[in-house]
Amino acid sequence: MRAVLTVIGKDMVGILAKVSTACAQYQANIIDVNQTVMQDLFTMVMLIDISKLNCEFSDFQDKMTEMGKGMEMDIHCMHENIFNSMHTI
Amino acid sequence: MLNITNIMETIRMIQDENLDIRTITMGISLLDCCDSDIDKSCEKVYDKIVTRAANLVKTGEDIEKEYGIPIINKRISVTPIAMLVASNGGDPVKYAKTLQRAAETVGVNFIGGYSALVHKGFAPGDLSLIQSIPQALAETENVCSSVNIGSTKTGINMDAVRLMGSIIRQTSELTADRQCIGAAKLVVFCNAPEDNPFMAGAFHGAGEPDCVINVGVSGPGVVRAALAKSGNCNITEIADIIKKTAFKITRMGQLVGDEASRRLGVPFGIVDLSLAPTPAIGDSVAHILEEIGLERCGGYGTTATLAMLNDAVKKGGVMASSKVGGLSGAFIPVTEDAGMINAAKLGALTIEKLEAMTAVCSVGLDMIVIPGDTPQEIISAMIADEAAIGMVNWKTTAVRVIPAIGKKEGEELNFGGLLGKGPVMHVNRYSPAKFISRGGQIPAPLQSLKN
Repeated sequence: MRAVLTVIGKDMVGILAKVSTACAQYQANIIDVNQTVMQDLFTMVMLIDISKLNCEFSDFQDKMTEMGKGMEMDIHCMHENIFNSMHTI
Repeated sequence: MLNITNIMETIRMIQDENLDIRTITMGISLLDCCDSDIDKSCEKVYDKIVTRAANLVKTGEDIEKEYGIPIINKRISVTPIAMLVASNGGDPVKYAKTLQRAAETVGVNFIGGYSALVHKGFAPGDLSLIQSIPQALAETENVCSSVNIGSTKTGINMDAVRLMGSIIRQTSELTADRQCIGAAKLVVFCNAPEDNPFMAGAFHGAGEPDCVINVGVSGPGVVRAALAKSGNCNITEIADIIKKTAFKITRMGQLVGDEASRRLGVPFGIVDLSLAPTPAIGDSVAHILEEIGLERCGGYGTTATLAMLNDAVKKGGVMASSKVGGLSGAFIPVTEDAGMINAAKLGALTIEKLEAMTAVCSVGLDMIVIPGDTPQEIISAMIADEAAIGMVNWKTTAVRVIPAIGKKEGEELNFGGLLGKGPVMHVNRYSPAKFISRGGQIPAPLQSLKN
């Protein structure tokens, strides 16, 4: 199972490092990373493999959202199927 | 990898533009709960609902979390209760209370199906159920009721139309101390669909399987935001933008429906392609019409823009889902739509204009607050007019008006929550009493002879 993790907020040093460290901690394997600045906001999208996660997916979601709050960033983690179904035929 | 712009678009739709799944509705057949003893029958009804729907709310919440998409309501629709009343002739209110108890046990916010289908006449159970509606809706919180009084195939049962004018008034009167909320849970239909997931009109038709999952999507805010970004394009291009947006919204509904059906082990029924507004700012169908270029919803041009919107939503949605059904179209419930509430207060939106709008969109005169002293025959005649539009145009129409007992034009009823609030609207008071008192049946129109 794969999920999409999005990080949005003000650009600063170490965002990628913090997020990827957290992913490693929970055994979420990063497959792809894409980052850009959209409308003055740092935007990062990660595709992660969550099949070997060492906790429940919902706990992982909560942990990431909480970490985002600590960094004043908006972090969301959603199942990739929602994006696939909406944007591909 | 997925395109970053697409991903951000989806997230923006959910976070900023109120995109959500409006409802996952589980349809449950109660035909095997008939019994000549009503108390035994009620126990069967309770047991079946709490067994089938035991995991409905939990599953909905799990999907919501995993996919990050809000699922606002988890609901249940059941076989029209009049069919069960027919098996024992008991007091139908017992069934209403049973449904309420079951709804509380499984945690759904509405349960629909306190219904009777009388488009061609009254079968055993129908009359007693209809007469019990005011008491049933006053003594329960989450039960919804509907009565089908006409169809293109059968014409309109004018005896039922006459009766429903009085039932709507009584329902309002019995809940006058609670903003007349009873009448907000009662819909009178022509051509009622058997797989509608939306309340208050949901029931589980006799032709449906034992148990089924139907999904209703929402997203007026998303359509409006897409149009706001479109700039100065012509109406053909506007229709195209709506189509593309509706496709995306519906795909999400299909995904959630498939997933819910798999996890619950219940067949997937349909996605209802409806643009369902809520009173929240930014979630209004009226605001879409205003975004297209009307100063206020209700002015000239409203019917044309709504017809285009409704059509484009269907065209976009129909390809996105494997099974489409229910009401499928734009809803125009006045009290549930911030833009309509505003337009009605300003006098831009009148009941007559709403009636015209119902000829080109999804439902009918929906969630309209009328003066408390409106005579029952006027309510009946409103029902007859709406049913005629549905009958002739081979479409679903409905009436859900709320007589605001003790209130006059310009005052307001406030239901709170998704049902919203709205001003008491002007009603044409010339009397249709003689027409309504005649009773009988409006014969099926030529449109019915398709064979």
